[in-house]
Amino acid sequence: MSHRADKGGEGVNAPEALLSVQGLQKHFPVTKGLLKRQIGAVRAVDGVSFDVRQGETLGLVGESGCGKSTTGRLVTRLMEPTAGKIFFEGHDITHMSQSKIRPLRRDIQMIFQDPYSSLNPRHTVGAIVGAPFRIQGVQTEQGTKKAVQEILELVGLNPEHYNRYPHEFSGGQRQRIGIARTLALKPKMIIADEPVSALDVSIQAQVVNLLEDLQNELGLTYVIVAHDLSVIRHISDRVAVMYLGKIVELADRKSLYDSPMHPYTNALLSAVPIPDPARRKDRERIRLQGDVPSPLNPPPACRFHTRCWKAQVICKTEEPPLAELAPGHQVACHFPENVEQATAPAAAKVAQNVEEALHPKKPVV
Amino acid sequence: MTTGSASPAPGSFLELRDLRIHFPTEDGLVKSVDGLSFKLDRGKTLGIVGESGSGKSVTSLGILGLHKGGRAKISGEIWLDGEELVGASQDHVRTLRGKKMAMIFQDPLSSMHPFYTVGKQIIEAYRIHHNVSKAVARKHAIDMLGRVGIPQPDRRVDSYPHEFSGGMRQRAMIAMALSCDPELLIADEPTTALDVTVQAQILDLMLDLQREFNSALIVITHDLGVVAELSDEILVMYGGKCIEYGTADDIFYRPEHPYTWGLLGSMPRLDREPTERLMPIKGTPPSLINVPSGCAFNPRCPYRERTGGKATTEVPQLLETEGGHLVRCHLPREERRAIWENEIKPMMEVQ
Repeated sequence: MSHRADKGGEGVNAPEALLSVQGLQKHFPVTKGLLKRQIGAVRAVDGVSFDVRQGETLGLVGESGCGKSTTGRLVTRLMEPTAGKIFFEGHDITHMSQSKIRPLRRDIQMIFQDPYSSLNPRHTVGAIVGAPFRIQGVQTEQGTKKAVQEILELVGLNPEHYNRYPHEFSGGQRQRIGIARTLALKPKMIIADEPVSALDVSIQAQVVNLLEDLQNELGLTYVIVAHDLSVIRHISDRVAVMYLGKIVELADRKSLYDSPMHPYTNALLSAVPIPDPARRKDRERIRLQGDVPSPLNPPPACRFHTRCWKAQVICKTEEPPLAELAPGHQVACHFPENVEQATAPAAAKVAQNVEEALHPKKPVV
Repeated sequence: MTTGSASPAPGSFLELRDLRIHFPTEDGLVKSVDGLSFKLDRGKTLGIVGESGSGKSVTSLGILGLHKGGRAKISGEIWLDGEELVGASQDHVRTLRGKKMAMIFQDPLSSMHPFYTVGKQIIEAYRIHHNVSKAVARKHAIDMLGRVGIPQPDRRVDSYPHEFSGGMRQRAMIAMALSCDPELLIADEPTTALDVTVQAQILDLMLDLQREFNSALIVITHDLGVVAELSDEILVMYGGKCIEYGTADDIFYRPEHPYTWGLLGSMPRLDREPTERLMPIKGTPPSLINVPSGCAFNPRCPYRERTGGKATTEVPQLLETEGGHLVRCHLPREERRAIWENEIKPMMEVQ
């Protein structure tokens, strides 16, 4: 594992970025006929760029089919990207071979959505949580069993349940087993794909708190993929909103939720039901028309223009770039909202950026 | 609580009296619904909230009479528009389903027949209850699809369920449920499988249609946000029993049961400043075979010590605290209110 030592060998990105993703694409070919002639491609992820800093939590949020889960799987290299680059600690891992990537799997782990299908029903908890040690050939001081029991205790499970099978546990406990498995090798980064959406409300809160505690205790970096905007706000430091394979807005939590700039983010936030009966009369909900278009044949230019109430001609002809309109707040929109609320020192820059976004010198392809 | 079938018909449109639905299994008797009573009038919406396994879906299937002829043991009374349904024959309840009462299921893909077009399924339901020609029924189906907001309904009426997106399927399902203008509509997790923007469309649609048809609506969900959007009254279920019942304002502004506090505290909210930590309920929901003795919530309740040992020995009564707000808890009323005002509410609102 010599590659770990020489940090910044291919250092193209900022030193604090643990993970850097640039122009990531994943197209699934659609074939037809006996010869499997390719007739099209599902553009699940179509040019996504973001950085994840050491110790932070990045939330990826969007509706079903927006490519958020695919992004998570590409980053963990469970899928092969079509194009783009993935850097982890400054090293290009985009097309690293399986044998080379294996040592890196220690550092990047994944929590899956469904705690029922992601645990082998024929293995005991001890075998499931101990598997990473076995696969990576890690020797622990007092044996694997002791190490596994320590981890079980860390995630709030009874260490004496070492020899039980997954079916003997409830949904929340199973999700804890899944989390214990990812923690076994002390990873640096955890990608969690809808970690709480299969759980009951009261259990959701337990698991969210557990993830936060573990982050504080072990200094973990999270990328959390979820569709639930309130869970994402609670847990994330920065949030990326995805729509049809692209990031439409990326900002820190406060500015994204307090002054969202992209119309889609606005619509998403206004659609979340608020648990306050007094609010239902006076709140204004943005009603989006229709459904998300198919990623097989996404709308040209701005992909949101078919459902956007602000759409103009330019939205159908030119794709808006993901531009930084306020410090740390990136938006891909020709007609962003809440721009005037941006902080004063950045006002001039904002105006310039808006100008550029609206009238790019070169047409953006 | 009245028992026996001799009791008089109630004034409300729908009334449940001490409904019990038990399933005998190899492992023991599953008491899915254990003594549930409530009333609902036309034009009103009741929200039933609870975690998985609290008995909310079994209740709704019970009202529709879908447990009849199975292994379930049903007792109590269900009065719908002056008719008692628990004692009624299967055939009779069948004639009521669709016309008098209808249901919107959670997963529209598995609750529609994949082999028949959407239109055919609506037409079939309509013609069972109305003696009309196919052409008239088809026109009605197109009309219903248009009313729930499906574009080009005259074309989409001949589509198969798999050709619809999730939101459109749920709309088609609603069109099917409303095709015979039911007076009672039960929606079991109507939006759980949908994305937020589509969920918002469906919730608005259900509110509009309820106003138009003046039907009684029961919304079953685990999402307190959805309940707050739709309900006039809310019933919180735990372990097959109602543990708190009141108006939406009662439940959200003056909740008195520790479980309701727990539900409200476990939920991150967009309308408030983010809290540092969520306040989850410890433990897991009980098995309905071995419901804890005494108060079913006692193993998870942080206040069980304050009941003087009654928590584990005595099942608390569902008692009125004020103006129709019912709570099933051993703690005295003043203490519950003090805990809510001084401990729980400030914790939830504080940054």
